[in-house]
Amino acid sequence: MDSATDAHTHDHGSDHDHKPGFVSRWLFSTNHKDIGSLYLIFAVIGGTVGGILSEIMRAQLQFPNNHIVTEGQEWNTIITSHGLLMIFFSVMPALIGGFGNWFIPLMIGAPDMAFPRLNNISFWLLPPAFVLICIGLVMGESGSGWTLYPPLSNATYEAGMGMDCTLFALHLAGISSLLGSMNFIVTIFNMRAPGMTLHKMPLFIWAELVTAFLLVLAVPVLAGAITMLICDRNFGTAFFDPTGGGDPVLFQHLFWFFGHPEVYIMILPGFGIISHVISTFSRKPIFGYLGMVYAMVGIGVVGFVVWAHHMYLSGIDVDTRAYFMGATLVIAVPTGIKIFSWIATMWGGSIEFKTPMLWAIGFLFVFTVGGVTGVVCANAGIDEAIHNTYYIVAHFHYVLSLGAVFSIFCGFYYWIGKMSGHQYPEFWGKVHFWLTFAGVNLVFFPQHFLGLSGMPRRYPDYPAAFAGWNFVSSIGAYISGIAFVVFLYVCFRTFTSKEHVADNYWGEGATTLEWTQTSPPAFHTFLEMPRIS
Amino acid sequence: MCPDRQVMGGQSMRTLKWTQAIVAGWVFSVSAGPFAWAQGVVGAPHPWEMGMQHSYGPIKDRVIELHNLVLVIITVITLFVGGLLIWVMIRYNSKRNPVPSQTSHNTILEIAWTVIPVLILVVIAIPSFRLIYYQDRTPDPDMTIKVTGHQWYWEYSYPDQGNLDVESRYVHDEDLKPGQLRLLDVDNQLVIPVGKKVRILTNSTDVIHSFFIPAFGVQRYAIPGRTIETWLEADQVGTFYGECNQICGQDHSRMPISVRAVSESDFKAWVEEAKKAASMSHLSKIASR
Repeated sequence: MDSATDAHTHDHGSDHDHKPGFVSRWLFSTNHKDIGSLYLIFAVIGGTVGGILSEIMRAQLQFPNNHIVTEGQEWNTIITSHGLLMIFFSVMPALIGGFGNWFIPLMIGAPDMAFPRLNNISFWLLPPAFVLICIGLVMGESGSGWTLYPPLSNATYEAGMGMDCTLFALHLAGISSLLGSMNFIVTIFNMRAPGMTLHKMPLFIWAELVTAFLLVLAVPVLAGAITMLICDRNFGTAFFDPTGGGDPVLFQHLFWFFGHPEVYIMILPGFGIISHVISTFSRKPIFGYLGMVYAMVGIGVVGFVVWAHHMYLSGIDVDTRAYFMGATLVIAVPTGIKIFSWIATMWGGSIEFKTPMLWAIGFLFVFTVGGVTGVVCANAGIDEAIHNTYYIVAHFHYVLSLGAVFSIFCGFYYWIGKMSGHQYPEFWGKVHFWLTFAGVNLVFFPQHFLGLSGMPRRYPDYPAAFAGWNFVSSIGAYISGIAFVVFLYVCFRTFTSKEHVADNYWGEGATTLEWTQTSPPAFHTFLEMPRIS
Repeated sequence: MCPDRQVMGGQSMRTLKWTQAIVAGWVFSVSAGPFAWAQGVVGAPHPWEMGMQHSYGPIKDRVIELHNLVLVIITVITLFVGGLLIWVMIRYNSKRNPVPSQTSHNTILEIAWTVIPVLILVVIAIPSFRLIYYQDRTPDPDMTIKVTGHQWYWEYSYPDQGNLDVESRYVHDEDLKPGQLRLLDVDNQLVIPVGKKVRILTNSTDVIHSFFIPAFGVQRYAIPGRTIETWLEADQVGTFYGECNQICGQDHSRMPISVRAVSESDFKAWVEEAKKAASMSHLSKIASR
């Protein structure tokens, strides 16, 4: 392998840290660490825009008959963009492109990703996609919800170019994810340090590997669906138009065949991060490693055969509903294994409550709440009374907006010292955690009540009876917004800090390979292959 | 948080207004009890409601029954996990337990936390399967109503009553009469006989809508090019509210559903009256041509 020969030919250390100039370093980057950093910065920008949209939404919903967002179409565009931005331009870039690029090579002892140039194009497809989404938002012409269901998303009901921009944005983001995940799979299968068998891989690597497989299998189906939709919109086809023999429900099947694995794509890398953080701060090896690995594989496999639980009310046959209900309930089992294994890892440990650990414990709580409400939603019978209500909004925000986002912050605090060489301010990290924890629970817990009471989602205005809990929820959103400002302050303090951290600043609990490198790691790492015994 | 502060500032009056409205709504819903009783029950959301809307039909009874079972189970699980978390944080923090154990396997424990959840899921699944087959469709409907979604109103057709056709639109804010619920009351209600099994066939002429009545625990999408069947039954005379529940464009939040369940004789009288009104408006339309 190249890295081994490199280590012999260039044995003066200064060469390893030779960085190219600004343009070639950041615009033409082929270095996994730089590309990872670009992804993380991009995720913060995407999250900020998506977050501002959520604050606008909560401000509008604070009172009934409010007039911040006056037009229904404007509102629909905001909720569409909020969903797409948070999924494709915040959570995925952070967990997959960001932490994945940074730590897959570092944790498996590889010098870089398998295809560095492919890695570059994977990232650079995202900014144009982001611009296209923003065009859809600003033009106010993509008000179909992130689920893009036709006929609402076809040319009759969303006539403008904005909707096409949104669809092409998904194409670009999809290609980006596909190329990135192929790169991940090849890297993980071929570039592990000698001795690191599959069953010795860190759990974060397993998580990224399963995620990459889900992406490779799911994204092409979305690409097919939106290509057909673009043809329906622009070239007179009728794939989803009943007047031409097409079927709107076909789109729902294709969309959710992608969409359901997508939710696991967003949470699995988080599982990996949480495992490392809990193990590190409990100073114990992870409990039930193999169980954890195969729980993730199991979630990935079963995640592909449950999609129609999003479509219980689309007129699918009752026997089909029965199957999808049973399959969906099964997912609770591997998820339960993971939750209990994490607690068992903490059991008997010597736990230190540093900021990353707070996020990890917070994750366990919010993910459990989101998980058990998922069991409620899985029941097709109950779903009839809560489908598309705020109960669903609360459920998926508990697993994603809280679960996945908590794991992102968990990874940030865990690795920022490694990535930047500077440690975050512990006090402000904890302030960030507690404000977020209080804020998001205040936002989303009352939404369960609204949903049970029958409040539909995607409403800019609602009957007076729903006013009470909506008010509480909006207050929570403002607290969460302040917490995000605290996060930006934490970033500022970290990057302006003069203090440098040691290679392994978390001590004996941190056992994976990235801790054998300097903080920040040299521009090129593992010029000599590490051996795993 | 600048935009929000502006919002707050510009709306302090409205805050006050809606705080009053919330309190007044609660007082009204308690004091208006006897008044509402005279015209039957009211199936609508309540301020600060924390659970499912009250059931006024056999399907919702069973939905609530299953939901209560599942709610108890998930509450116990959440408290159990939360309790374990608090326990490990207290017992195994670095101060009380400076030397960590290195245990990383326990086969019995791992089998237990796989098998026990499976058993819990079986407990949930059995009544759940029974429920979906019960609520799917009714073998012997007393009558049929065709529900058609439009941007942005509902159309109710009664094929058994000589294809009587009713269009139902929300009441604009300026036309609201005292006691009418904003964004819930409509001009023409969906009228059904109480205690009868009503087959519902949903359909749409434009985009997808969703026909949703929480008080009956009934919901189906209305999809163009497709007819979806379900059923409902009201077990009391009264008014029951629902809303369109699938994003359908500009006025998605302005196409509520209001159902009036009346006695068999009142229903017949209503049909006659509605037919007369329909032919009158038909005649007047012809006359105006």
